[in-house]
Amino acid sequence: MTLQITLQIIYLIASVTFILGLKFLGNPSTARKGNLIAAFGMGIAIFGTIFLYTDANGHHLKNLPLIFGGLAVGTVIGWLAAKKVQMTAMPEMVSLFNGMGGACAMLISIIEFQHIQSTFAEPMAIAALLIPGASAALKGRLLIILLGMIIGSISFSGSMIAYGKLSGKVKDKSFGFQQFINIGLLAVILAFTWMAMMGESNQEFWFYLVLALSLLYGILFVMPIGGADMPVVISLLNSFTGVAAAFGGFLYDNKVMLVGGILVGSAGTLLTIVMCKAMNRSLLNVLIGNFGGGGKAAAASSSAGFEGAIKEVNASDTAILMKYAKKVIIVPGYGLAVAQAQHVVHELETLLESEGVEVKYAIHPVAGRMPGHMNVLLAESNVSYDKLVEMEEINPEFATTDVVLVVGANDVVNPAAKTDPSSPIYGMPILDVEAAAHVIVNKRSMKAGYAGIENELFYKPKTSMLFGDAKKALNQLVSEIKALG
Amino acid sequence: MLSFINEHLQLIYLIVLMVFVGIELIGHVPSVLHTPLMSGANAIHGVVIIGSIIVMGEATHTISLVLGFLAVVLGTLNVVGGFVVTDRMLEMFKKKK
Repeated sequence: MTLQITLQIIYLIASVTFILGLKFLGNPSTARKGNLIAAFGMGIAIFGTIFLYTDANGHHLKNLPLIFGGLAVGTVIGWLAAKKVQMTAMPEMVSLFNGMGGACAMLISIIEFQHIQSTFAEPMAIAALLIPGASAALKGRLLIILLGMIIGSISFSGSMIAYGKLSGKVKDKSFGFQQFINIGLLAVILAFTWMAMMGESNQEFWFYLVLALSLLYGILFVMPIGGADMPVVISLLNSFTGVAAAFGGFLYDNKVMLVGGILVGSAGTLLTIVMCKAMNRSLLNVLIGNFGGGGKAAAASSSAGFEGAIKEVNASDTAILMKYAKKVIIVPGYGLAVAQAQHVVHELETLLESEGVEVKYAIHPVAGRMPGHMNVLLAESNVSYDKLVEMEEINPEFATTDVVLVVGANDVVNPAAKTDPSSPIYGMPILDVEAAAHVIVNKRSMKAGYAGIENELFYKPKTSMLFGDAKKALNQLVSEIKALG
Repeated sequence: MLSFINEHLQLIYLIVLMVFVGIELIGHVPSVLHTPLMSGANAIHGVVIIGSIIVMGEATHTISLVLGFLAVVLGTLNVVGGFVVTDRMLEMFKKKK
């Protein structure tokens, strides 16, 4: 009894650390502490469960060596993966870990289902079912198991696809009526869930069918969504896994699982909506919009209409332009992350500052692959926090800027978002780089951005293209400026 | 249905309250912190590992032992990987003092 109460108190403390952790994570100065607090709470909840948990008959947990073995394997792999991953690959990593959580919830449901099936087979259990209410309670338990499994497996397979897309292993794919097929599939899953729960026979068959269809649904759900929208999808799947964990909490009457799961479920859903707002799109639009497919079609039709020619510029001319400018704004994008150019861009910034040029960074809320991606990356190379200016603040400043250097960004500076209602990114707020005197765009090639659409900005008279890998081009720029003395 | 609600009233209260707490917590977070916050929340739902430990500790059949072991490994990946990745992201913010 004392053990039970001690464990409950540990769970209570852990729940509080989760709430405090999320609270602190919302503020730059306390964020790191918040993460550590939540990690501490998780640690005591895990070890408390291992040593103090007892079932209804007062038995302690068995198989401790195997449990510790699993913990050890997971810790080593998780730790190494998290430590080794490049900052640029962070989004994929989060998606991968999220999928692991979903798979964990899925497996728990499968085991619990098998457990129910095997106890069902005993004559004693069937006799117990004749007690009024016992059958209803069993059905309730089955429903929770099923729902936990459905959400867990959708989150698992969806996260794997999101991971594949972000790391370039899986391409966007959509086919006609896909949205209807998805909705239909969801209806079928729910119908079969009913069969698995209420059916008198073949419960096992329906259960595993629901499992297979849920995994399929996760794949079909994420497949058509464009790569640029992946952060939103990962955030949504993140809250799914939270809900799956909460079902587990319901199943075991475990408060800490419930609190942790629901917190992430609700906070994650809100975070998803906030992210959509940053892109000025609705969640529904993201999920049904077929960003990737529609974008490519639009590109084909609109690219021919641009007037003007591409103007190329070399590093030495750019160097002169920047050195004698009063004010330079750098617009970083995913290209900067891919090329690992965060350090050299900081070098360029300090060099220009020493020449008396005012340098700022314009951070679009969705630059890179995740909101805040650029901030994390530039912070890594010691760029001062107050030099990173958010979109609303910096947009009026472009008019007084001599040179804008766009490094590997594309969609976030595409004027089509303002002018072309047929464009898939129409309505997304962009950085008004055109207001500046000169725009230098560093890109590897004329290839379209992540949304798959052409950018009229590149054809404007003010714009010059500095082709090449971001790291190489910026290095060249730095040495050219140094050579100017 | 009603008896189900009655039986789990405490848990249902907890769910409803936590939904509001979760919404309150994320209310006014600067977009800079969206990624670390998502990553931190990702680590927190790793709490599902508690379920896998309980399942594992009560397992007797070989198949549930195998699946349970896998669940513990995956859950640990979620927890450890999630917190370590988040810490790495935030470490970079901290340097900026």
